[in-house]
Amino acid sequence: MAPIDLDAEVLRNTHLSAGYHVLVLAAPGIAAATRPGQFVMIRTTTGTDPLLRRPFSVFEILRDADGTPEAISILCKLVGPGTARLAGASAGDRLAVLGPLGKPFDLVAPPSEAWMVAGGVGLAPFAALTESLAALATPTRLFYGGRSRTDLFYLDWFEARGVRLDLATEDGTRGTHGRVTAPLEAALRVMPADRPLTIYVCGPEPMLKAVAALGRVHGRPSQVSTEQVMGCGLGGCYSCVVRVRDESGTPHFVRSCLNGPVFRGEDLVWE
Amino acid sequence: MNVDLCVRIGSLVLKNPLMSASGCFGYGLEYADIVDLSSLGAVVVKGLFLNEREGHQPPRIVETPSGMLNAIGLQGIGVHRFVREKMPELRRLGAVVIVNVCGSSLDEYVEVSRILSDVEGVAAIELNISCPNIKEGGIQFGCNLSSTHEVVSAVRRVTTLPLIPKLTPNVTSVSSFARAAEEAGADAVSLVNTFLAMAIDVDTRRPKLSNTMGGLSGPAIRPIAVRMVYECAQLVRIPVVGMGGISSARDVLEFMIAGATAVQIGTATFVDPFIWSTLRSGIEEYMARHNVGRVTDLVGSMERWI
Repeated sequence: MAPIDLDAEVLRNTHLSAGYHVLVLAAPGIAAATRPGQFVMIRTTTGTDPLLRRPFSVFEILRDADGTPEAISILCKLVGPGTARLAGASAGDRLAVLGPLGKPFDLVAPPSEAWMVAGGVGLAPFAALTESLAALATPTRLFYGGRSRTDLFYLDWFEARGVRLDLATEDGTRGTHGRVTAPLEAALRVMPADRPLTIYVCGPEPMLKAVAALGRVHGRPSQVSTEQVMGCGLGGCYSCVVRVRDESGTPHFVRSCLNGPVFRGEDLVWE
Repeated sequence: MNVDLCVRIGSLVLKNPLMSASGCFGYGLEYADIVDLSSLGAVVVKGLFLNEREGHQPPRIVETPSGMLNAIGLQGIGVHRFVREKMPELRRLGAVVIVNVCGSSLDEYVEVSRILSDVEGVAAIELNISCPNIKEGGIQFGCNLSSTHEVVSAVRRVTTLPLIPKLTPNVTSVSSFARAAEEAGADAVSLVNTFLAMAIDVDTRRPKLSNTMGGLSGPAIRPIAVRMVYECAQLVRIPVVGMGGISSARDVLEFMIAGATAVQIGTATFVDPFIWSTLRSGIEEYMARHNVGRVTDLVGSMERWI
């Protein structure tokens, strides 16, 4: 479906911590069309500084009492002037939101399991994915890592939807002490080979690379949600490229806005 | 009031003066879902060499105040794949296609232009002698008057299509390059390509672009671009296609009053991909308000203070 551009009203802006917040935007047309893993481009100002829109994974697709999609939320991390404006947004403000854009995750159904791996703000595509997998009754796990326990959010939300949580913090204040790849690797080791699973991963690039490599070593397919600097989100500017192998195995730059942001882990070539 | 938006570039008549800027609109088809490509004056597609090119490592863009730097490195599918894979659909959609032609040698410019001249639906050639981001192509022709003359003359000999050299602003006197292009047989000139620029992350002390330098575009460059378009239009008789930071109908009008016959929009389409209809209706409203029947009446219509 063609993306649409909405002047979306901010319904809520919930601050989760000093660096993270969830912005809920009234965008019925986008909410109805979005599939997990897709993204939107949001204008943070009507002026020219910052000039460009910012890409965000759709975090949740929110529905009214009848189940009709009416809003989307995005999980935002404060990183610069653009995201600072979003952090300061209040209910009633309006933001231009263009979407849905990009290729979504492929959903796996039982008997396959879905293992989601998130690092920090890499949690962003996984609420919507969880809802879609729940509709298929696919067993799900979330391996979720952050700097500290105060950087882990929505744990109750995921547990309430039957997602098994495996947490890790770099300071050891919650879950495994260290990187999230440690509990993931331990779980992959003990998973019987005859039980199919797909890994879904989003987070900082070194983590994506490590998780895709673990998938390869353990013979498990992975779907990697990449995050690149984007100019337009529509394929016009060629700024958001990642290196991907074509059918012959030759690496090429492809636009992550059109060919991604979700790629098969085995196709990605890491620099 | 019925207003006439038609403009003429050489033998080419455009239904309005609005064109996509090369490198900002893919091959046009990326936007076919959301923009009626036949509603644009012309679709200027991404620069093409003879062969495919990978382009530069990311990061390829960075924002700067009211602008952005890019160093894409002319990633592209090459002229043969373009003709095979993109032209049929562009023709079907009724797009007026202007192909931006690149070369790393005189022969390559000539060869790519010759190939395109035989392709149904290619309306004109924009000769890219101004990309600031690659060493071996373009800019070496665009920064030297005799090379500009030489490459335009050579391409002129192999094509009857309207030929529009795209000029760089990274020279002392861009109008002298416009004149060299005119003397070599160009039907029009387009300007400005981006301004060579740089941004550094002071924490890492690394340039913000992998290519170190890039081209500045966006509203930040508009006043300089208007000045350069004005200077060129004063000096040459062929049409000038103006661009540089256009993001509203008033910006389009400013360029036309300065002397541009048509304009290109690039960076602003990243922010608002639906900008085309807004620009068109804004121009029409202005013309009705100011009692201007033909948009060409605005070209070079600047009033002086004294």
